[in-house]
Amino acid sequence: MSNTLSQIKAFSRDEMAARAAADIPEGWFVNLGIGAPTLIADHVGADREVIFHAENGILGVGPKPETGKHDPWVINAGKQYVTLLNGASIMSSAESFAIIRGGHLDLAVLGGYEVAENGDLANWSTGDNEQAPAVGGAMDLGAGAKQVWVLMDHTTKSGQPRLVERCNYPLTALGTVTRVYTNIAVIEITPRGFELVECAPGVTFEDVQARTAAKVHRR
Amino acid sequence: MIDKFVPDIESALEGLNDGASIMLGGFGQVGQPTALVDALVDKGVKNLTIIANNAGAAFGGMTRLLEAGAIGKVVCSYPRSTDNTMFQSLYAAGKIQLELTPQGTLVERMRAAGAGIPAFFTPTAAGTQLGQGKETREINGRLCVLEEALYADFALLEAWNADRWGNLTYRLSGRNFNPVMAAAAKITVVQCQNKVELGRIHPDDVITPGIYVDRVIHIPSGDPVL
Repeated sequence: MSNTLSQIKAFSRDEMAARAAADIPEGWFVNLGIGAPTLIADHVGADREVIFHAENGILGVGPKPETGKHDPWVINAGKQYVTLLNGASIMSSAESFAIIRGGHLDLAVLGGYEVAENGDLANWSTGDNEQAPAVGGAMDLGAGAKQVWVLMDHTTKSGQPRLVERCNYPLTALGTVTRVYTNIAVIEITPRGFELVECAPGVTFEDVQARTAAKVHRR
Repeated sequence: MIDKFVPDIESALEGLNDGASIMLGGFGQVGQPTALVDALVDKGVKNLTIIANNAGAAFGGMTRLLEAGAIGKVVCSYPRSTDNTMFQSLYAAGKIQLELTPQGTLVERMRAAGAGIPAFFTPTAAGTQLGQGKETREINGRLCVLEEALYADFALLEAWNADRWGNLTYRLSGRNFNPVMAAAAKITVVQCQNKVELGRIHPDDVITPGIYVDRVIHIPSGDPVL
């Protein structure tokens, strides 16, 4: 019998970000998507050098500037002020996306609407035709990075699973996701489908399976 | 003597007429040719095709162009903004066309145009809605879509330093699309923050060689603001 979500202590957004950050090795080049994935940068400790990429043309993105001390000429892809680390480089958008498409990034961590058991990702459109669609760099990152991890809640606010057999929302990239970090679990995508790596504290295998619309395999 | 500096903004935009396709540099509020876009509004040209990363926000002046009804079509990757809904209103009313392109494909289509490559295959968007209707080919086991080069009649750009040959540098995040667009347009017009003597930009430091630049106007507009 699985617990209701209110009974289990799910990861907060910050804890999800910290959990993903713990798996990023020293020396990786990483692009963090807009929203929750951006929080990951705050959780990579000083013990490791990880180089963050911003698709508007920065390698070596540093932490947020102190209030009132920002350089108005330095922003990230989310149009927020950021700093540059010693060793940072600036490039044009063409070179920035050549880095992405050329397979030079070790990792992109993106937000998601749905991830399928074959690694398909849907994260750019809900199919709502009222609003003009917008894609930004999501499809390029999805197709180009060596690995794509997704950071998202395990279900929608109304409890619908976001980990599914096949995506219902329009696809961003095919067969690209290798790991999903949710508020209740860490899931790896393998040739046999979703494989449970770890549960949030107090969460059981059954809790995760009950909230996933595809088979979850034990390791 | 070569001197690409023009005396006023009217000369900078000479020959830009109704129906022109125009690339606008900038990402977010940084590297936007704001003065040139404002002049475009004042000029009163219509039925423009605008090629840029975004489709109007609090920055860059493009919202004024939308409000003036000057734009017939936008080619961009991200026409959404939390601080301005002008594009959204026109789109919902069917008053503006949108060609949505993934950001990396958008900039590579420009790069291809400037480099004389009519089209290229890319895995980005293959198998998605944005790849629909495009020629596909499986290359080395990977599904790819054919994307065509993207040209423009004009590119309106912002640079940091410029000399009279049109050599350019940019400032930090202000580089973005600017150097790519410089090569992709028939006429490239640059507003620069600093006018410098020929030779002051070290050859190693030139980001856009002057061969791509047609006109430069000195507009020391200062730091970008939100």
